[in-house]
Amino acid sequence: MIPGSFEYHRPSSLDDAVGLMSSLGEDALLVAGGHSLIPMMKLRMAAPEHLIDLQDVQSLKSISIDGGKVALGAMVTQAELIASEELCAICPLLKEASLQIADPQIRNLGTIGGNVANGDPGNDMPAVMQTLGATYMLTGPDGEREVAAKDFYEAAYFTAREDNEILTAICFDAPAKGHGSAYLKQKRKIGDYATAAAAVVLEISGGNCTAASIGLTNVGDTPLLAEEASAILVGSSLDDDTVKKAMEAARAITDPASDGRGPKEFRTHIAGIMVQRAIALAQSRAK
Amino acid sequence: MNDQTPITREQRIEKLQGQGCSRKRVEDVRFTQGKGNYVDDIKLPGMLFGDFVRSPYGHANVKSINTEAALKVPGVLAVITAEDLKPLNLHYMPTLAGDVQAVLADEKVLFQGQEVAFVVATDRYAAADGVEAVEVDYEALPVINDPHKSMDDDAPTLREDIAGKMEGAHGARKHNNHIFFWEEGDKEGTDKALADAEVVVEEQITYQRVHPCPLETCGCVASMDKITGKLTVWGTFQAPHAVRTVASLITNIAEHNIRIISPDIGGGFGNKVGVYPGYICSIVASIVTGAPVKWVEDRIENLTATAFARDYHMTGKLAATKEGIITGLSAYVLADHGAFDACADPTKFPAGFFSIVTGAYDIPVAHVGVDGVYTNKAPGGVAYRCSFRVTEAAYLIERMIDILARKLDMDPAEIRMKNFIKKEQFPYDSALGWEYDSGDYHTAMEKALDTIDYKALRAEQAENRAAFDRGETRTLMGIGVAFFTEIVGAGPVKNCDILGLGMFDSCEIRIHPTGSATARLGTISQGQGHATTFPQIIASEIGIPAEDITLEEGDTDTAPYGLGTYGSRSTPVAGAATAMAARKIKAKAQMIAAYLLEVHDSDLEWDVDRFQVKGNPELHKTMKEIAFAAYTQAIPGLEPGLEAVSYYDPPNMTYPFGAYIGVVDIDVDTGEVDVRRFYALDDCGTRINPMIIEGQVHGGLTEALAIVMGQDISYDEIGNMSGSSLMDFFLPTAVETPNWETGFTETPSPHHPIGAKGVGESPNVGGVPALSNAVHDAFAHKGLTHTQMPHDHWRVWKTAQSLGLTE
Repeated sequence: MIPGSFEYHRPSSLDDAVGLMSSLGEDALLVAGGHSLIPMMKLRMAAPEHLIDLQDVQSLKSISIDGGKVALGAMVTQAELIASEELCAICPLLKEASLQIADPQIRNLGTIGGNVANGDPGNDMPAVMQTLGATYMLTGPDGEREVAAKDFYEAAYFTAREDNEILTAICFDAPAKGHGSAYLKQKRKIGDYATAAAAVVLEISGGNCTAASIGLTNVGDTPLLAEEASAILVGSSLDDDTVKKAMEAARAITDPASDGRGPKEFRTHIAGIMVQRAIALAQSRAK
Repeated sequence: MNDQTPITREQRIEKLQGQGCSRKRVEDVRFTQGKGNYVDDIKLPGMLFGDFVRSPYGHANVKSINTEAALKVPGVLAVITAEDLKPLNLHYMPTLAGDVQAVLADEKVLFQGQEVAFVVATDRYAAADGVEAVEVDYEALPVINDPHKSMDDDAPTLREDIAGKMEGAHGARKHNNHIFFWEEGDKEGTDKALADAEVVVEEQITYQRVHPCPLETCGCVASMDKITGKLTVWGTFQAPHAVRTVASLITNIAEHNIRIISPDIGGGFGNKVGVYPGYICSIVASIVTGAPVKWVEDRIENLTATAFARDYHMTGKLAATKEGIITGLSAYVLADHGAFDACADPTKFPAGFFSIVTGAYDIPVAHVGVDGVYTNKAPGGVAYRCSFRVTEAAYLIERMIDILARKLDMDPAEIRMKNFIKKEQFPYDSALGWEYDSGDYHTAMEKALDTIDYKALRAEQAENRAAFDRGETRTLMGIGVAFFTEIVGAGPVKNCDILGLGMFDSCEIRIHPTGSATARLGTISQGQGHATTFPQIIASEIGIPAEDITLEEGDTDTAPYGLGTYGSRSTPVAGAATAMAARKIKAKAQMIAAYLLEVHDSDLEWDVDRFQVKGNPELHKTMKEIAFAAYTQAIPGLEPGLEAVSYYDPPNMTYPFGAYIGVVDIDVDTGEVDVRRFYALDDCGTRINPMIIEGQVHGGLTEALAIVMGQDISYDEIGNMSGSSLMDFFLPTAVETPNWETGFTETPSPHHPIGAKGVGESPNVGGVPALSNAVHDAFAHKGLTHTQMPHDHWRVWKTAQSLGLTE
C-alpha cells in the first residue's frame, strides 16, 4: 500500500491546470478529492509520474443556481452538496444519493467532479446525473465543450474526456416542481459499492405519470439510463403491472459482473427490486 | 500513619474499586487521546524498513529470483531470499502445531501471498519500490483449493519438504497432503447409539474460513545491539515469553540476551499468537545490518498471509428418542489448515478443544474424529476469539440440536431445556472426557427466555408467517436460540503445553513503602483492559485501592514468565496467579500486623483493607500501615519488604456458559437480514468489572455478526483469494451493528481462587449459532434444514428462491 514516486503539481487557475495537462502529457493524472485515485496508486494499479491537484482552483468550487439552472463546480465536495439547502430544495435526489456515498469523512473530501469523471461504474453520481439529464463541461487546450452525461461513459474507466481535458462543471435543469425522486442502493455495508442501485425521477399529474427518468448504478460497465423502462411508466398510473414491466425492462439492459456482492443473476434481480422500490418511493414523494 | 478521617466500612470498600466495580478503563486516557504506543509508533535512530515480495500464485515452482534491479533502487540495502537463510538453517521455522513453515519460499510457493523475498531499505517507500523491482520466475502448478480433494489419489503433493514422511507431529499421515487424524470418545458405543436410535439427524455443516482481522496489523521492530549482543524485538505479540523462547531456539541466541516487548496492541483475536516470517526476517536483517529493522504488514497482507480461522468441514449426527432426548453424538471434521499447519493449539490437541462439542447437554456417548489436510491456502487455523476450535464445536452442536428440534417438531428452547446437564450433576464428566466445573443452565435459559419474552415472539412470528402467506408482507421473522458451554483457561500443565511450554501463568506484586503497588503479569492485553481489571482483583484481596496499583505486562525483561493472552485464559490463569500472589502478601502482612499490634497472628481478622483484632476492631493496622512497617521496621523473624510472585497451574479449565437469543427480519426480495433484537446472557462466574464484560460481549457479538452475515475467505481454482481487503471482507461499522442487550447469571468456578471463568470469547462462540439459527428459523416452516454461512444477501435470497418464496 505504498505508491510509486511522482511529481506533485498544484496549479491555482484552470488555465494553469490545462497547461500542465498539455505539457505533461499522458504521464499526468488529475486528482480532485483523491478517494478513487489514491487507493489505486497505493495498490500501484495507477502509477502516474505527475499528479495535478485541483484543490487550489477556486473557480471549480461553486454551486450556482439560477432559476432552474444548476451548475456544480467539479471541486464541490459531496459534503457541500448535502449542506446546500437551496440545492436540496429543488433537487433532493442529489442529497439522497450523496448520503449513500461512503461515509462522512470521505464525503468531506470526495468531489462531484471526481465522482462523475473517473468512469468507475461503482460510483453513484454518474447514473444520478444521467437520470437528471445533466451535461458535463470539459475544458482543454482548444477551449470548452459540452458532453451529455448519457453520452460520456464508454466503458469502465473510459470516458469521452480527452487526456488533456478537465471536467470543470456539471449542469442540469432542476426537475419540475412537484416531482418525486428517489435513490435506492443495496450494499453490504457503509462504504461499499452498490450491489445495484436505482435513481428515479417522476412527474405525476392527475394520478398519471407524465415524465419519468430512471438510472442504474454498478450493474454494467457504465452507468445505465433505463430509457425503455422510463417510457413504459409515462402515461400509466404506476400500477403494479406497469411497474413490473418497467422493472423487467430495466433488468434487460443490465450486465453486472459476478463478484463478492453476488453472481450476475442476483445483481440483476436486485437492480429490478431497486427500480421497483425507488418508483414507489418517488411516487409517494411527488405532489 | 494512622487513618485520621473516620470513614464507614462501605466507603472503605468503595474506595478500593475492587471486584464487581465498573471501574473506568485506565487505558482509555491514552487511547482516546491518540497517545497509545503501538509498534508502528516506535522509531529508532537509523531504523530500516523491510517489505515482502509475495507470491501471486497459489502453487508454483520458483524457478529463479533476480534481485539485481531491486538492489539498484536508491535506498535498497539488501534483498533476502531462502538461499540466504539456508546456511543459517532459518529458511523454515517451527510452527506452534509441530509443523514447520517456510520463512521465505523454498523452491516453491504454496499459497497466494506467501513470502518470497524480504527487501530491506532505508525507508518504506524505497522498500516498496524494491519489492516492485524484484523479478521472480514462477512455473504454475495445479492447485488444491478444496480440502475434500486434498487426499485424492491424483492430488498433487503440496509439501515437498515432508513428502514421504508418513509420521507427523500428531501420529501417522495417510497421504502426502494429510497432516493428522485425531479422535476422542467411544466410536463403537456411538455407532450403536445411532443404530439403535428412534430418531437420527445428520447434516454437513461448514464453518467457513474467516480472519480475525485486528484493526492493527502484525508487525515488529527488531534491534540487535552488536556491542552488548542483546536482541530487542518490539512486536504485536499475544505471547511475548513464548516468542522469546522460540526466537532463542531457532536463532541460537541465549534467551537472556533476547528481550521481547509487546507495546500497546490494537486487537489480536488469535491473529497475533503465532510466529510469522516477518519477525524472523526482521531479526535476521537487523543482525546482518546492525541497524534496527521495522516490518509492519498492510491490511491486504494481514488478510492474505497471516493466520486465518475456522475452515472446518463438519458432519454431525445426533441420535435421539422420539421425545427429543439425545442419546448419542458423532462428529467428523475435515479441517483445512492451508499450506502449513500453523494452528495455535496446545500441543496435545491438534483439533483444539473441539471435543467440547457435546456442549451444554447430557449426552451419554459421543465420538469425534478430525482429519487435518493441506491445501494451497494461507496457513493458520488460530483460535479467533475462541478457545481452540470451541466456536466450531458450538456451531455444530447448536445447529444440530435445532435440526433435531425441527425434525421432531419441537421448540428449539424446549429441546435444549430437556437435554441440559442439571445443576446437581456438576462437576460433570462429559462423554468426551472433560470435567465441567460448574453450571446452572436451566436458570440461565429461563432468564433469557423471560427477558426477551420468548412466548410473545413466537406468537408474533406465527402471525408474521400467516401474513406472509397471505401476501401482506415480504419479510420473514426468525428467532435464533443458542446455548453454549465454553472451555477456557488453558490450562493445566499436565495436559496443556505449547511447544513443551506448560500453560501456567504468573503474577508478581511489589508493595511499595507508602502503600501503592506494581504488579507484573505473564499475559498481555490487546484491548481487554488488564490494567483496569487485574488491580481490581488485588484491591479486593489486599485492600490497596485499584488506582494505587500499576499493572505492567509485555516486557520479558521485567514480567514473570507466562504464556500470554488468548483463549480467554488471562482471567482464569493469570487472574488466579494474581489472587494467589496477593494472598502471599496478605499472609506476610498478617504477621507484620500481629507484631505491630502485639497480638498473635490468629487473633487477627481481615476486614476490607486492614487486619483488626478479633472482637476489638478499633485495634487495627491498614495495609498501607503494614507496607510502611515492612520497609521501615526490623521485625523479628521476617525479611524486610513486601512482595510476592505466583506461578499458577490451574487444576482444571473453566466452563463459562450463556444463553443467547436473536430476532431477525429477513427481506426475501433483497436477502437483507435485519437483526431486530439480540439478548446475550453470560455466566462467566465471578464478575470482576461488569462494564468491561459488557464491552467484551458487545465486541464479540459484533464479530459474530460479521462472521454469520458476511465474512468469507475463499479461493478460486487457480488459488486466487477473495476477501483480501475491507471492501470485500466484511468488517461491520457502527451502522451495521445492532443494539446488543446483555444480562448475566453468576455461577462461580469452584476451583478458581476468586471463582472467575473468563468471558472474552463467549460472545463470538455463542453469537454465531444464535444468529445463524435465527436466519434458519425464519425459513424453517418452509422446509429449510441447513444452509452454509455466511448468510449474506445473495445467499439468503438464494435460499428464499430455492424454497419458492421469490417472485
